[in-house]
Amino acid sequence: MKGVKNNSIWLDAFFKLKKNKLAFTCLIIIIFYFAAGLLCALGVLFPHYALTNNDRSYLPPSPEDWFGTDIFGRDVLARSFHGIKISLTVGLAGTGLSVVIGSIFGAIAGYFGKVTDDLIVWLYTTLDTIPYILLLAGMSFVLGGGLGTLCFAIGITSWVNLCRLIRAEFMKHREKEYVHAATAIGSSHFRKIFVHIFPNVFHIIIINFSLGFIGAIKSEVILSYLGLGVEPGTPSWGLMITDARLELSRGVWWGLAAASALMFILVLAFNLFTDALREALDPKLRGKL
Amino acid sequence: MLKYVLKRLLYMIPILLGVTLITFLLFNVVGGDPALQAAGRYATPEQVQLVKAELGLDRGLPAQYLFFVKQIVSFDFGRSWSTKQTISKMIMDGVGASLSLTIPAFFLTVFLSISIALLIAYFRGTFVDRAIFVICLAAISLSSLVYILYMQYYFSFQLGLFPISGWSPDWLERWEYLTLPIFIFVSISLGGSVIFYRTIFMDEIFQDYVRTARAKGLSHTAVLFKHILRNALIPIITIVVIEMPALILGSLLLESYFGIPGLGGMIFQALQSADFPVIKAMTFISAFLYMIFQLISDVLYVVVDPKVQLK
Repeated sequence: MKGVKNNSIWLDAFFKLKKNKLAFTCLIIIIFYFAAGLLCALGVLFPHYALTNNDRSYLPPSPEDWFGTDIFGRDVLARSFHGIKISLTVGLAGTGLSVVIGSIFGAIAGYFGKVTDDLIVWLYTTLDTIPYILLLAGMSFVLGGGLGTLCFAIGITSWVNLCRLIRAEFMKHREKEYVHAATAIGSSHFRKIFVHIFPNVFHIIIINFSLGFIGAIKSEVILSYLGLGVEPGTPSWGLMITDARLELSRGVWWGLAAASALMFILVLAFNLFTDALREALDPKLRGKL
Repeated sequence: MLKYVLKRLLYMIPILLGVTLITFLLFNVVGGDPALQAAGRYATPEQVQLVKAELGLDRGLPAQYLFFVKQIVSFDFGRSWSTKQTISKMIMDGVGASLSLTIPAFFLTVFLSISIALLIAYFRGTFVDRAIFVICLAAISLSSLVYILYMQYYFSFQLGLFPISGWSPDWLERWEYLTLPIFIFVSISLGGSVIFYRTIFMDEIFQDYVRTARAKGLSHTAVLFKHILRNALIPIITIVVIEMPALILGSLLLESYFGIPGLGGMIFQALQSADFPVIKAMTFISAFLYMIFQLISDVLYVVVDPKVQLK
């Protein structure tokens, strides 16, 4: 019977999401982006994105090049699509790391309490008092540029919110009967944390992952502007948007238009989907994350 | 109350020590040799040695850390590596510029978003509510950089309504340069702000006192403005106070784009030129401000709502 009860919240959420047409459309858009990013990474879609041709510099949009060309004559549409690959990598790796740190620290702090709790609370309170953009910029600065360090910097600076939520949940759950029952039959701490309590807080992690994903994609743009993003020449939305500052003064608007439109659609789909997800999984949490 | 404030002030010490430890670890240990950064790219080894001695970097790490903490305790952050000015003077010069951008922009945002959120609360559950909510989500889905680029391009470059960038030390003359940045600030933050205040009003709207007020015959509008708004003022005041440090620090993006000589622009410059003392000082100061205003907001909470007890 345990299995049935465990599934019901997820099945319930699934049916709720299926009924919500807007959320379902957003999910399809997100899947489309992941497919496009994967196809770009595999070299199937737009393999010519790095092809330069100086005779074709800054061509305006035309039937051949839908979004024109950039300073080196490269196809802007192709580069924006390859930007999906970079953004999704930053989103998945950066947020993945932050979710792992946040949930493990939160679980340990909430479950064990006492000195462990004090130490972890001290650590995240300290991080939390530093403005996020300064912390992230400082971290990326000392680590140096590049995709890998960018994901790492985002990961180790953005786990505080999740950690706080998970800690509070674990403090509540560790006193519940099912955990006492697990203690009575001799379960280890590890088993109680990961097998018994974790499934009960998993929905918070899912919602937070989705929110973090949006934050990571936006952070990539800001860090690129600060000169702390991926290597120059990489087709990333952040770099394209940063380059647009000089391009706009020459009347070249298509680089900014292509990158910001692709980014806007993805982030909006994620935002709408997250909202629906939140409502489906835990209506009490609405607006609280 | 006094005991509580003292306790909170004492609790700030380990946190602030943590902040110094993190910035020290980042910039003096992980970030490689700061003397190489300070001396510049083309320095000879002798010059680097000289800079090392000058900055006290030839001592061991614990001694360097103690020196850093001592600097902070005496509120003397040393000099910037790039402008050679004292950092405390740079901060004093920058605060006014930052505040003249952020204060009007922030209060305009708060006023507009509370009005819109009240409107949504009035139409809750209807199509209007949903539509405004989706528009707000769309507004926060655009990168703030995109807002700045498009709006600067359109209003300054295309229409020529505002100067592209610039600054005037005179308080009255600088409004010409500040109007567009303020307008952009409001556009960037409005969406998220409306969603936030909507949540606050929605929390209040299902309280018992609202039902009682409606039951005794008060109109929908009267309840909204007299009862709900007044009760929602408590979370609103605390949030406004918590936002203050961010306002003092200014806006990194807007100030660097529009050439506003505030603290945000200063941090931007420091990041561009690897000016470690400025970054370290700003990190510490912002953490300090954040904690002070957090405490003020908690105390205010008790002052406006006597039901809340401080522990």
